[in-house]
Amino acid sequence: MKVIIVIIYSFLSFSGLAVAAGGYSLNKANIDATDAESLQRGAKIFADRCLSCHAATFMRYNRLADIGLSQGQIKQYFIADNSVKVGDTMKSAIDASTAKQMFGVIPPDLSVVSRSRGADWLYTYFISFYKDDATATGWNNSIFPNVAMPNVFPQEQGVLRAVYASEDKTSFNLEVETPGTLSPREFDDSMLDLTNFLVFMGEPAAEKRKQIGSLVIIFLIIFAFMAWAVKREFWKDVH
Amino acid sequence: MLRPVMTWIDERFPMSKMVREHLTEYYAPKNFNFWYFFGGLAIVVLAIQILSGIFLTMHYKPDADKAFASVEYIMRDVPLGWLIRYVHSTGASMFFVVIYLHMFRALLYGSYRKPRELLWIFGMVIYLCLMAEAFFGYLLPWGQMSYWGAQVIVNLFGAVPFIGPDLAVWIRGDYVVSDATLNRFFALHVIAVPIALLGLVVAHILSLHEVGSNNPDGIDIKKNKDAVTGKPLDGIPFHPYYTVKDIFGLVIFMIIFASIVFFAPEMGGYFLEHNNFIPADPLKTPAHIAPVWYFTPFYSILRAVPPMFGSQFPGVLAMGGAVVILFLLPWLDRSPVRSIRYKGPLSKISLTVFVVSFLLLGYLGLKPTNIWGQIGGADVATVVAQLCTILYFLFFISLPIVSKLDRTKVEPDRVTP
Repeated sequence: MKVIIVIIYSFLSFSGLAVAAGGYSLNKANIDATDAESLQRGAKIFADRCLSCHAATFMRYNRLADIGLSQGQIKQYFIADNSVKVGDTMKSAIDASTAKQMFGVIPPDLSVVSRSRGADWLYTYFISFYKDDATATGWNNSIFPNVAMPNVFPQEQGVLRAVYASEDKTSFNLEVETPGTLSPREFDDSMLDLTNFLVFMGEPAAEKRKQIGSLVIIFLIIFAFMAWAVKREFWKDVH
Repeated sequence: MLRPVMTWIDERFPMSKMVREHLTEYYAPKNFNFWYFFGGLAIVVLAIQILSGIFLTMHYKPDADKAFASVEYIMRDVPLGWLIRYVHSTGASMFFVVIYLHMFRALLYGSYRKPRELLWIFGMVIYLCLMAEAFFGYLLPWGQMSYWGAQVIVNLFGAVPFIGPDLAVWIRGDYVVSDATLNRFFALHVIAVPIALLGLVVAHILSLHEVGSNNPDGIDIKKNKDAVTGKPLDGIPFHPYYTVKDIFGLVIFMIIFASIVFFAPEMGGYFLEHNNFIPADPLKTPAHIAPVWYFTPFYSILRAVPPMFGSQFPGVLAMGGAVVILFLLPWLDRSPVRSIRYKGPLSKISLTVFVVSFLLLGYLGLKPTNIWGQIGGADVATVVAQLCTILYFLFFISLPIVSKLDRTKVEPDRVTP
C-alpha cells in the first residue's frame, strides 16, 4: 500500500509544508554547524533524553570540547553517573537486553546516524510522531511507519493525531490534539538544535576539515601559478 | 661533491643509465595534449593509495566485530585519521576517473595498435587488478553496502554452472560473507593485489619506453630522426619538458582532489555511500543494493541480460565479456590510421555511440530499474540498458568492418602542433 502523507503540522510552525505522493517529503533542516550555542543545547537534549535508551559508542564525552564546553561543564551537566569518565564513550542508560524486551529491538547506536539518514530526515522524524492506539507504544511516525520508538517529547510538543483525508486511509494530515509546554516554533527550534548536534556527532572533525581545506586550496592555487610559470619557461624552446 | 657519489653508484648500479633511458633521453612526442596527463596521474594516485593505505592499516582491525568501530576510531581518535581515510576513499574513486580517461585516450588515438599491443594488455590487466583491489577494499569498512555488495558479487560466481556454489564458498571461506571473508579480503587488499599492481605498472612503463609513446596524430616519431644526432625530430626529452608540464597538471588535479577530500568527501553518496554508515547486518538486506559508481556500467549489463534456462549465468558471462572484449582491441581495429583525427565519420560515430552507451549504462546501474516507469509491461530503464548493452558489444564486433570500410584521411609526415 502506498501511503500518501501530508504533514499539516508544519503550517503551525514556520517551516514549509511538506507534500508528496507515493511517499513522504522531508522538511529542510536549517541548521548551522558553527552555532556553538545551538550545538550545546542539542547536546544537552541528546544526553538527557536520547541516551536513556540509545548509545553513541563512538562518541567520547570530552569531544564536546569541540563545541565549546569545558571539562568541568561536561562533568557537571552531561555525566550523571560518577563512574563515567570524561574520556569515556556515550553509553545507554539501559542495557541492550532490557531495551530489547521493552521495544522488541535494540535501539540503534546514534554515533553516525546523521550520515546514513541525513539531517532533513532526522528533523522531520522528530516532529512527525502522532498518537496511534494500534501500536504497542501508542505512538506512530508518519515518515517511519510502525517505528518501535515511542514519542519522547509529548510534553514539549503536545500530542498530534492523524486526520485521514480519504476513506481508505492512504493519506492523512497531522493535527494538534493537545498543545505542549513549548510553542510549535520553540519545539521546532529545539529539534533543530538536536539535529545540529547529531550532525556534529556524525563527523566531529567536519568543521576542522573545512578550515584546513581552505588553506590547502589556497596553497595549491598559488603552487599552480608557479608550476605554470616554470612550464612556460621550459617550453619556450619547443617549436 | 655529487659527481664522485654518482660515479661510485654507477660502478655498482646503472643509476645514470636508467635516468637517461627513462627520463633525460627518453624522447616523447612534443604534441601531447590534455589526454596525456592521466598516465602520470594514475601513478601518483597509486602512490597516494599505498601511502594512505599503510597508515590506515596501522589502526584498522580486520575483524567482523571491530572493523566498523575501528574505521570510526580512525575518523575520531586518530590524529588526522579522518584526513587519511578521506584521502584513501577519494583516491579509490579518483583512480577510476583517471584510469577511465587514460583508457579513453587510447581509444581516441589508437594507442593500443601495433607495436603497442602488449602495452595495452598490461594496462588491461592493471585495470582488472584495480577492479579486484576496489572490490576487496570496499568490504573492509564493514557497513551495510560493503557487506551486501560483496554478497551480491560473490553470488555471481555462484551462477557458474556445476562448480558455482563450491566456487562461491571457496571465495568467501564460509557459506555467507563473514569474518573469514573479511580477513581474506583484507589480506588480498593490502598485500596480494598491490604487489601485482606494482609489478604490472613497472611492466607497463617498461614496454611503453621500449616502443615509445604514441601521440594525438598517431604517427611514428621515430621515422623522422635528426641525421646527425639520431634523435627524433618531433621528440623532446621527457625530463625536463614533460616533468614540468606534468607537475602543473598534477597541481590542477590536486586542487580537484583536495576539494573533494575537504569539502565533499561523500560526493553526495557516490564516493561514500550513506548506507555504508550502518554497520553490516547479515539479517537485514537493504532495499536497494547498488555497487559503487565505477562498477555500474558492468552491473547494468548484468541486470540487462535476462535469466536463461533458470540461470543468471548469461548475465554474468555478458558482464565478464564486456571487460574481456577490451583485451582484443588491438586486433579488432584494422584501420590504416591510428588516430581519430584521421579516421572517417563511421569511426567517429561508432566511438561516440560507444561512449554514450557506456555512460548511460553507468548512470542506470546506480538507479533502481523502475526509475523511468514502464512501457508495455517492461521497465523503460531495463529496455534502454539492453539497447546500450547491444551497442556496447556492437562497437567491438563491428570494429573490424567499420575500421576497414571507413574513409580515412592521409596522415601527415610530421606531428601537428
